[in-house]
Amino acid sequence: MIPLSLSEAQTPTVTTQAPDLDYGLLSPLLVVFAVGVLGVLVEAFVSPQRRRITQLVLALLGIGAAFVLTVVQVGALPAEGAGLTVAFATLVVDRPALFFQGVILVLALVSLLLIAEDRDGEGAFTAQAAAVPGSEEERAHILAGTRHTEVYPLVMFAVLGMQLFTAANDFLTMFIALEVMSLPLYLLCGLARRRRLFSQEAALKYFILGAFSSAFFLFGIAMVYGYAGSVNFADINRAGSEGGLIEGGGPLLLAGIALVGVGLLFKVGTVPFHNWKPDVYQGAPTPVTALMASGTLVAAFGALLRVFYVAFGASVEQWRPMLWVVAILTMVVAAVIAVTQRDIKRLLAYSSVVHAGFILTAVVAASADGLAGAMFYLAAYGFTTVGAFAVVTLVRNPEGGAEAGDLTQWAGLGRTSPLLAASLGLFLLAFAGIPLTSGFIGKFAVFEAAVAAGATPLVVVGVLSSAVTAFFYVRIIVLMFFAEPAENAPRVLRPGALTGTVVGVGVAATLLLGVFPGPVLDNLVPQPEETTAAEGTVPEALFMR
Amino acid sequence: MTIPWLTLAIALPALGSLIVALIPRERVELAKRVTLACTLVVLAVVGAMALNFDPGGPRMQFTEVHPWIARFGVHYAVGVDGIALTLIALSVLLVPLVVLAAWKEHEEAADGGKGYFALILLLEAMMIGVFAATDVFLFYVLFEAMLIPVYFMIGRYGRGEDRRRAAVKFLLYSLLGGLLMLVSVIGVYAYSAQAGNGTFLWSDLVGPEGLLAGVDTTAARWLFLGFFVAFAIKAPMWPVHTWLPTAAGSSRPGTAVLLVGVLDKVGTYGMLRYCLELFPGAAKWFVWPVVALSLVSIIYGAIVAIGQSDMLRLVAYTSVSHFGFITLGIFAMTSQGQSGAALYMVNHGFSTGALFLIVGFLIARNNGSAQIADYGGLQKTAPVLAGTFLVAGLSSLALPGLSPFVSEFLVFVGTFTVLPVAAVIATVGVVLAALYILWLYQRTMTGPVREKLAGVSDLSGRELWAVAPLVAVIILFGVFPQPLLDVINPAVEQTMQQIDVSDPAPAVGVDQASGQEGADG
Repeated sequence: MIPLSLSEAQTPTVTTQAPDLDYGLLSPLLVVFAVGVLGVLVEAFVSPQRRRITQLVLALLGIGAAFVLTVVQVGALPAEGAGLTVAFATLVVDRPALFFQGVILVLALVSLLLIAEDRDGEGAFTAQAAAVPGSEEERAHILAGTRHTEVYPLVMFAVLGMQLFTAANDFLTMFIALEVMSLPLYLLCGLARRRRLFSQEAALKYFILGAFSSAFFLFGIAMVYGYAGSVNFADINRAGSEGGLIEGGGPLLLAGIALVGVGLLFKVGTVPFHNWKPDVYQGAPTPVTALMASGTLVAAFGALLRVFYVAFGASVEQWRPMLWVVAILTMVVAAVIAVTQRDIKRLLAYSSVVHAGFILTAVVAASADGLAGAMFYLAAYGFTTVGAFAVVTLVRNPEGGAEAGDLTQWAGLGRTSPLLAASLGLFLLAFAGIPLTSGFIGKFAVFEAAVAAGATPLVVVGVLSSAVTAFFYVRIIVLMFFAEPAENAPRVLRPGALTGTVVGVGVAATLLLGVFPGPVLDNLVPQPEETTAAEGTVPEALFMR
Repeated sequence: MTIPWLTLAIALPALGSLIVALIPRERVELAKRVTLACTLVVLAVVGAMALNFDPGGPRMQFTEVHPWIARFGVHYAVGVDGIALTLIALSVLLVPLVVLAAWKEHEEAADGGKGYFALILLLEAMMIGVFAATDVFLFYVLFEAMLIPVYFMIGRYGRGEDRRRAAVKFLLYSLLGGLLMLVSVIGVYAYSAQAGNGTFLWSDLVGPEGLLAGVDTTAARWLFLGFFVAFAIKAPMWPVHTWLPTAAGSSRPGTAVLLVGVLDKVGTYGMLRYCLELFPGAAKWFVWPVVALSLVSIIYGAIVAIGQSDMLRLVAYTSVSHFGFITLGIFAMTSQGQSGAALYMVNHGFSTGALFLIVGFLIARNNGSAQIADYGGLQKTAPVLAGTFLVAGLSSLALPGLSPFVSEFLVFVGTFTVLPVAAVIATVGVVLAALYILWLYQRTMTGPVREKLAGVSDLSGRELWAVAPLVAVIILFGVFPQPLLDVINPAVEQTMQQIDVSDPAPAVGVDQASGQEGADG
């Protein structure tokens, strides 16, 4: 008989008094949530002319405040132990969670600048999403200059979901976080101003596939609950090392790991769960793509690391082969497909898939080095990728003003817009992992972790895949700098203050993290002596449990 | 206070590069002057440093060590031994000459060549850094980062329609090698961490007590291979040489000088410094395959050079042959062989540098054509040009009295004592060298003067200044190589100690020694 009661620590005590929540520790989440709710109210009560600026200021202030509060919490972390649990141990405040949240907030802030870019009243978003594309109604809205300022609260809710995703300490909270993060993103994907049908298709595709993956995730949670009798990560870990509730429950755990893994790997976008990425990245408004390619990826990996390192931390030998296969498939298949891409956004999408594969090599290590490597890689990649998409928003078709996605149009850009092309060139070199850029240090960190954990074959596949990726990154540089401008040369917009800031932040982060990575790298995880672990388990000191 | 010579020598051109990049493109003449002045200052700094070098002192001198990335045990660590010092000296000597030679090459470029000169300075900083690095990670970083300026120098400022393809081929080839090396670099760190102290400091890694001493044999061989493949591609060695002729053929001659004269030396220098000293056991195990590849390179490079119709490609192929001699000398594992190889690297820089520069002057006089068939009879119209060409050519075929002769001779002596068969086969390369050089001279300089070359002028003052110093050092070190050897030999001896090999003593000597021992007992 399976005892279905929750474990002692988990039993919610039914009282008439208000639960004792540590609001201080929850404050970064609460601020973002409050701003999201306020944003909805702004939609209702502020006049249309002033909505955009009100929303933007609110959102920037909210995210900035949340970031400051996150940094304050880093300083307030207890010296003993990895961190604290909050709200009946449904959330944790520990080093990885705070790091990921901080990175997500900065990336969201930067993406917000792109989202807010509104050149001559022409932002990246449609005037009226409910109007049929190409209809009279749409035209009327465009002429009236209406805007979807709901975008801002939607982004805030998505960011809240990302923050929660990396801090969730049990599967139910994590599932809720997943949905809070995903639902606004599905909507945002369908709001592009140009190529609206394309954009709506992307949103629908993302939604349906996302719903599928959520189902897998939930089903996996059920399996794991059946095995461990709890959804709490620490309890599942304990069950993994001491044996589950029932004799011979191993297959349940295995199935659970696999299904939960599918859900998370879908969000991360690894082969064979990557098919949504190129379509969605291409169809979504580019600022939203920037947010997804950076923030969502960081959040998804944050959750993935916590699930595999904490919940399944005692079952490393069970999940390692699975992640090996996925990592190899991802690095090889995505790199090869990327070579054939003709559209810059699709290419960056496939490139993001390959990079997810590189990060997986660090996850496979199941060590302090692996965690630190993945954390650094995500931060480095996030900034570079936001910068790259910011450049994409500036290069437009000569007629119509849609973005010039076709790579052949990018020929000779180095002659006509040297600074812009140089920035993108730097981002591409960072993606390719050339030394003195952040991409190289990231690649070194993840591969080093994998080699130290005995996964050298994985690293060999990784470097060969890197060589293939270098081919298509370099091809873009060749096009931009060595080729004559094309017939249908794009119109390059002068970057406004907002977009200019984003590109600048991307360049600065790419160079700084590449040349002086020390201050970041040295503080990601506790000192090596504190992070020893038995064979086949993940060191305990890395995460709060 | 001691002067941080090496940091100074690295920082100056890096700073100069930034300044040149910031000069507005209308003032390109100023940019060129700043570049030249900067390279001359660097030359002076390195000259002063060389005067302070004590050949009898500790192996690594002018050392500086500062932690860089503590998490991975990475340091900004520089220092030079005799070999590195001579290679740095070679680099800083060649750069101002290249600047002089390239003075008018880029007038039709959109920016008047300003970017090219900024790249040269950036490259100079990296070249000094890569030879001076005493931290494996720092070396790797510079080894890879160096590709980027060269890539732009070929792809953007190169010659011919094919230059884009050549630049990409160069970059991808080198990147592939570099990435394989990255696995080994990570492996070095992993093993040093296993041995108790994760570090990249070269001095902590090498030697019988070093952190890599405990690596098991198979692993050491794999690590060696990772480094070796990257260096072989860089060097370039047959069969991974195919990028070089394309790259050199599409380069401006100045770029080719730096590419073949200095950058490729990083490959052979890396073999000597990293492959041999980090993994002595594996290096000894690989002697025969490497010697075989060297011999193929020597003969293949020479034969293919004979068949070339393009002068730049011809000189590139002769270098494949020359690099075969260098790797042969390194892997002969004798002190003469390695001294010869180290000296060969420097001398090859002088002679090939001169050849490329003069070919460049020829190209500038003949509508940008590098085809041998477009030339003829130049020694009548341009005797000085022809004369310098002949000296450079003869030095390339190692004529006694010119500097490459000394190094080639040492390589032969060093190889013959241990691998006589290899030495004999390698001599074929010398014969073929005479063929490709003299035949090239005959076709371009002798015979009837080509019609369109009738009015060709001789070397201008600027061109003479660019090539005369090289001719001077070729002759100087040809008759008086001792100063170079004095600096190189102690470093080679210490390398030999480090990898625990000694020269085979002459047979008679051994008998005498054992006889004496017997007598004492």
